[in-house]
Amino acid sequence: MRNILLAAVLAAGVASTGAVMAQSSSTIRIGLQDDIGTLDPARSSQVVDRIVFSSLCNSLVDIGPDLKIVPMLALSWSMSADNKTLTFKLRHGVKFHDDEPFNAAAVKANLDRARSMPASNRKSELASIDHVDVVDEFTVAIVLKAPDAALLATLTDRAGMMLAPKTLTDDAGVSTHPVCSGPYKFVERVQNDRVVLQKFAGYWDADKYPIQKVIFQPIPDSTVRLANLRSGSLDMLERLAPSDVASVKSDKNLNFISMSGLGFYDLTFNVSNGARAPKAFKDKRVRQAFELAVDRDAINQVIGGGIFSPIAQAIPSNSPYFDASLKTTKRDIPKAKALLKAAGFEQLNVELTFGNNTVSNQMAQMLQAMLSEAGINLKLRPTDYAAALNASTKGDFELLYLGWSGRTDPDGNLHQFVTCKGNLNYGRYCNPDVDKLLDDARVKPTVAERKPIYDAAQKILADEDPIIYLYAQPWPYALSKKVQGFTPYPDGLIRLRGVSIKG
Amino acid sequence: MLRLIANRALVAIPTLILVSMMIFGLQKMLPGDPVLAMAGEDQNPQVIATLRLKYHLDEPVPVQYALWVKDILHGDLGASLRTDVPVTKLIAQKLPVTLQLAVMAMIFAIGIGMPLGVLSAANKGKALDYGANVLALTGMSIPNFWLGIILIFLVSVKWQLLPSSGYVSPTEDFWLSIKTMLMPAFVLGAALGAQLMRHTRSAMLSVLRSDYIRTARAKGLLRGTVVVKHGFRNALIPIVTVLALLFGELLAGAVLTEQVFTIPGFGKLVVDAVFNRDYAVVQGVVLVTAVGFIVVNLFADVLYVLLNPRLRKS
Repeated sequence: MRNILLAAVLAAGVASTGAVMAQSSSTIRIGLQDDIGTLDPARSSQVVDRIVFSSLCNSLVDIGPDLKIVPMLALSWSMSADNKTLTFKLRHGVKFHDDEPFNAAAVKANLDRARSMPASNRKSELASIDHVDVVDEFTVAIVLKAPDAALLATLTDRAGMMLAPKTLTDDAGVSTHPVCSGPYKFVERVQNDRVVLQKFAGYWDADKYPIQKVIFQPIPDSTVRLANLRSGSLDMLERLAPSDVASVKSDKNLNFISMSGLGFYDLTFNVSNGARAPKAFKDKRVRQAFELAVDRDAINQVIGGGIFSPIAQAIPSNSPYFDASLKTTKRDIPKAKALLKAAGFEQLNVELTFGNNTVSNQMAQMLQAMLSEAGINLKLRPTDYAAALNASTKGDFELLYLGWSGRTDPDGNLHQFVTCKGNLNYGRYCNPDVDKLLDDARVKPTVAERKPIYDAAQKILADEDPIIYLYAQPWPYALSKKVQGFTPYPDGLIRLRGVSIKG
Repeated sequence: MLRLIANRALVAIPTLILVSMMIFGLQKMLPGDPVLAMAGEDQNPQVIATLRLKYHLDEPVPVQYALWVKDILHGDLGASLRTDVPVTKLIAQKLPVTLQLAVMAMIFAIGIGMPLGVLSAANKGKALDYGANVLALTGMSIPNFWLGIILIFLVSVKWQLLPSSGYVSPTEDFWLSIKTMLMPAFVLGAALGAQLMRHTRSAMLSVLRSDYIRTARAKGLLRGTVVVKHGFRNALIPIVTVLALLFGELLAGAVLTEQVFTIPGFGKLVVDAVFNRDYAVVQGVVLVTAVGFIVVNLFADVLYVLLNPRLRKS
């Protein structure tokens, strides 16, 4: 017994004498909100996977901070006159982490795999591709079934990520040990703990990456994640809790950087999905009444810590397709009550389903308080995320609070949510005019041609309100002052080009 | 002795079958669908159908159960639906982590609980006894996760003495590994130590009332010798039983502690798996935990018999 006590005391003594071990200055440790899922870009379904991929893999093209499409593995691209062939000129001298050369055949192999693999999550994104042609070693042509204006933007993300061709036949191998062509190569992954990447000396742009080693650590609890940053166990973290924004801003050891993202948080009405769709929601006046009862500015101040930018549309404000004329409504309770009354309701009882976490819980309570003033009684139904997903698909909900991580092309934020047969149209709102416009915008090639079509569709949606867009998905980061040169992007990914650690 | 072990092992078989059915059934009753979770934001119906087929999720539940049991009997616990890593490999990766946490927590629990229990029994009704009792009650009442967060803020953020979370393997850096585990083990051990203190105290009190203790004191033996040598040794028997039972609480507590300190152990694995409806991982981990619990209790039964000769005959 005495020995055990002695050992404990000794251990405590040793621990208190040494400070937290300092990490080498060429290593960056990044705290992520969720555990990383599969490391196969073709199967990945989470934002944190994409954050890891942005250091590990390269796509054909990338986005700039202004959402313009910029060269990456492809140096240039052109669309044929009939808008059905997209041709890429590829970068020379690019190597995969296993020293295989990158070329047109590799592009074809990757795209074919992402289109045909049974469990691929990229199938719908690449559905417009008919076939891929290798023109010469560094030229590849993607031939489309029908014009698809969103394809180029899609190829900036996981659908356009290139894996070493030799590894493509082993699906389990790809998801546990991916071999890409990015600035950092895969070293190890311990599930729920970390993913470690090491600088790839053969990278074509290697001198722009001063950091030698990247460690991603999933720490889902935002309080603990921040505590790790403050204690020096992390160098930066993504998705700082809104309630911590003020304290990080005032911390002299930390930097706060925030960017309004591509995604949004919204309230989806169950208009006609199954037996649970409330009759009241078929009347657009009822949906408008909800919109008028909500105060987005208050949400931003009270819950959002100033980073929940109010929105009134699905298209992000940094996009060239953003419709500046669509303004968020001012809260107007008498008008909301009048609309409800005109639709035949004095009081309305509605259940709000949401995936439970700190922010969504606060949000649900705040919505409950705001809507009650208009005579709408909100019953709250918190579930865990997987259960909420299930409920949404089945139509087992009345009103749904949901987030979408967003896509670069406006099509990804609109089409699947509001077209009659849309994959993610949980409320089954259906308006043939909207369908026609959004289908049309898909095949027009230029921003100038597409913008007026999106404007027209969004005018209808703003009036009919099948979805109330509440606020833009923010990407708040907290960084140690030692981290320099970090630029946030609207897609929330952490690009380490030019990032260094001082001291 | 061998018969006892054989008997217990036989009883363990139906227990295991029942446990496996419960794990499987309860999980199926959870709302939520692993395939929807896997299909991600896009919810492509084609992908969903393919995945359902691949993991036999379209079969009736009894058929799924039979398939699972068949695989287990072949030593195959399946692979994580999310990451494709085999469940046996995940368990091999996480088990040492949780074991290290459990052992260190036990050291704290025993190191704090037993001496305090003995001291407070020996000083019954005095200030020391009241103080120890207050400490024990506080230890039992403070929630794990709260104590964890407070400690992280004080020890790691404010004083920067210990790493705030994570895990370092002892083979990689022994002292850093101990340092990283110190806070979580203390948090987990504190509550158990408090319970252990209460049990030790009451076991000691009943022993100290015995005739032979009075005789020993009457012989003129030193008070300390009597308390430790004559009293504590005899009080140890019920304490061992309690320790075995506390092992279950230790595992439950580890789930929370690992969440707070982001320790990649069993608890964190299973919580994340539940949230992602990663059936294969949940089933595998809970099954292995159940087996572990049964083995520990079997071990305690054996130890009990070894410590108490009177039980050997019956």
